[in-house]
Amino acid sequence: MRSIRKSAAITLAATAALALAACGGSGGGSTSSTGNTHVTLTWWNNATSGDLKNVWAQAAAAYHKAHPNVTIQVEPIQNEAFQTKVPAALAGNNPPDIYQQWGGGQEATQIPSGKVTNLTQYTSSWISEVGPVAQAWQVSGKQYGIPYDLHTVGFWYRKDLFAKAGIASPPTTMTQLNADVTKLKAAHIVPIAVGSKDKWPDAFWWEYFAIRECPTATLKAAMKAVNLNGPCFVKAGQDLTSFMNTKPFQTGFLGTAAQVGAGSSAGLVANGKAAMELQGDWDPGVMTPLTSDKTVTSQLGWFPFPAVTGGAGDPTTTLGGGDGFSCTTGAAEPACADFLKYIDSPAVQAKVVAANVGLPANPAAASALALPAMKQVLTYTGAAPYIQTYFDIAFPTNVGVAIDGAIADFFAGQGTPQSIISTTNQAASSQ
Amino acid sequence: MIHPNSATATAETSAVAVAPATRPARRSRGLRRKLELTLLLSPALLLFIGFVLLPIGIAAYDGLYHWTGFGPLSGFAGLHNYRVALSDPVFQHALLHNVLIAVLSIVIQLPISIGVALLLNRRIRGRSLLRLLVFAPYVLSQAITAVMWALLLQPGGFVDEVMKAVGLGGLVQLWLANLHIVLYTMFLVLTWQFIGFGIILLLAGLQGIPAELNEAAALDGASAWETTRRITLPLLGPTIRILMFLSIVGSLQVFDVVWIMTGGGPANASSTMATYLVNRGFQSYEFGYGSAVAVIMFVICFAFALVYQRFVLRRDTRGALTRAVG
Repeated sequence: MRSIRKSAAITLAATAALALAACGGSGGGSTSSTGNTHVTLTWWNNATSGDLKNVWAQAAAAYHKAHPNVTIQVEPIQNEAFQTKVPAALAGNNPPDIYQQWGGGQEATQIPSGKVTNLTQYTSSWISEVGPVAQAWQVSGKQYGIPYDLHTVGFWYRKDLFAKAGIASPPTTMTQLNADVTKLKAAHIVPIAVGSKDKWPDAFWWEYFAIRECPTATLKAAMKAVNLNGPCFVKAGQDLTSFMNTKPFQTGFLGTAAQVGAGSSAGLVANGKAAMELQGDWDPGVMTPLTSDKTVTSQLGWFPFPAVTGGAGDPTTTLGGGDGFSCTTGAAEPACADFLKYIDSPAVQAKVVAANVGLPANPAAASALALPAMKQVLTYTGAAPYIQTYFDIAFPTNVGVAIDGAIADFFAGQGTPQSIISTTNQAASSQ
Repeated sequence: MIHPNSATATAETSAVAVAPATRPARRSRGLRRKLELTLLLSPALLLFIGFVLLPIGIAAYDGLYHWTGFGPLSGFAGLHNYRVALSDPVFQHALLHNVLIAVLSIVIQLPISIGVALLLNRRIRGRSLLRLLVFAPYVLSQAITAVMWALLLQPGGFVDEVMKAVGLGGLVQLWLANLHIVLYTMFLVLTWQFIGFGIILLLAGLQGIPAELNEAAALDGASAWETTRRITLPLLGPTIRILMFLSIVGSLQVFDVVWIMTGGGPANASSTMATYLVNRGFQSYEFGYGSAVAVIMFVICFAFALVYQRFVLRRDTRGALTRAVG
């Protein structure tokens, strides 16, 4: 569940948290001793509601039962509050022992605090079970975080609306997608919903065009150098321009939130007001509470971002990311690392997956995926030669925010294919 | 910003109070007074220094660094952050938006507030209920206001439907998605929320105007308009000037409603200094830069407050003191 994305209205809670952040130290401290002495680990996670909250509570209890000298103190924290609480906590003397970690450039930004534990020595024996995705939680080859679930971005569409518009099968090329947009419009159905207010959903579009236009080597080089260098990135903006000229999005999409309320892009698809949206695989879990239609997940189908004619990118490369946790240096080791290993064990992973929050970090739990569409996402992701982390997470945080902003401006008609690149590179050089 | 006033008030009152005392007692009373002042002022002063002055100082200092908020302060940048912020067109636009909201609140909100306050000051049926209704939105938290209006203003939402139903369908806009309209939408929502506060303030001011003056004017043959124009409004002056002050300072600090409804978007069309600050400071982890922006914002508000106190409010505080002492 990359519900770092669940911004919007809940941001108000974050706003309030601005004031509280300084006061909200972690409740229970930890002892740095190991062995038989009793240790307590405070655990900040973002599962404030829903099934995942129960899964974490059960995991903490079960781990304590198996390791009576380790007590896990679960502290669910509203997702957006991490943005302000983590910097404050890492700057203070009493950070939580375990906290939510999205990896990538954001994780790298946190390392200079000296409070994030290098877990490499504890994870080297088993991290291969998770597979290559664990690399997204490494900084300079050191494992500072461990993922517990994974995400792939793709199209979630309504089978009933596609049928109504006479679309037999989901598009596999941009030409087909354009044709389907036309068909849906002819049937008076909003073809695609997008939550531009939150900016990051816009970024998915540009990033996927970049992935289709750029060879994998170029993408990797861009991530490494934190510099969008290459004509293919300009091409991505041009592709986006032509696509947006077909006016595929709902009316007033610039003011639409992504995940909050029935009027959000997820809500529009959930309520049959739009036929599809480009979103992460947490989308079914987000849509369900936004509609009274109990059958919504059965109406949902999934297809990957179409191939772009002439693009130099691999058409099976995916855009994605995941959720994970980090330990802080005050936490008792190896207890903290061992608990994160426990979370990635097939038994716990099966429960995480059943909570409908994404793909399991440990492929051994894949059989627990309930939705057929999710199995499809898993197959597609498993076959991907390269998974490109969302640019805003892969880049250092300020560059990530800059690229999301530049793409959102572009959606609002305030920018050019070139300005996305120059704004991003400028933010990178101003570090 | 009320603090400087009350400080002056205390000082002047004390001077007046001390004067009549006889010579021999003066020294000990002066000492006692000093002790009293120290005792009574120090807790507030400590809090003020610890939670207002010190953070401002720290922010000004942090603003000199390229600091991400993690680890010790590093990357001394001198005044670079301040220069970048002041020359960033996004920040300039945000400031412009604040100024525009301030101007609109004086030009539009204030006259409406005065009009409604005058109306509600009359003996009309259901006056208490009307006063309550007008004030009600102010009681809501800004977050609730923002979420509520965001829902009402959705394309095809409640507002659009109501406008269509009363034949104003042609005026329906993309309230939150149109780059040229969104800022005015924000202003309307802010007006909806805060106008009740201004009206209550003005009503309180109206209570302070002696009824005899109006009666006397009426006896002298002044029309209702003349009475309002020549008697009521001038005597309401101090209240209006305080309200203007609060409106402008509030406009310079607008954050909650905008942040929740639009996040400052689309394409920064509704950004304010505060949304820019949070975007760059907290979201981008550019705490050094964010601090610099915060300091700039503080200086703008502070400079305005000083100038306003010096040239506009001074007369009012003088008058208030004269009445209080004499």
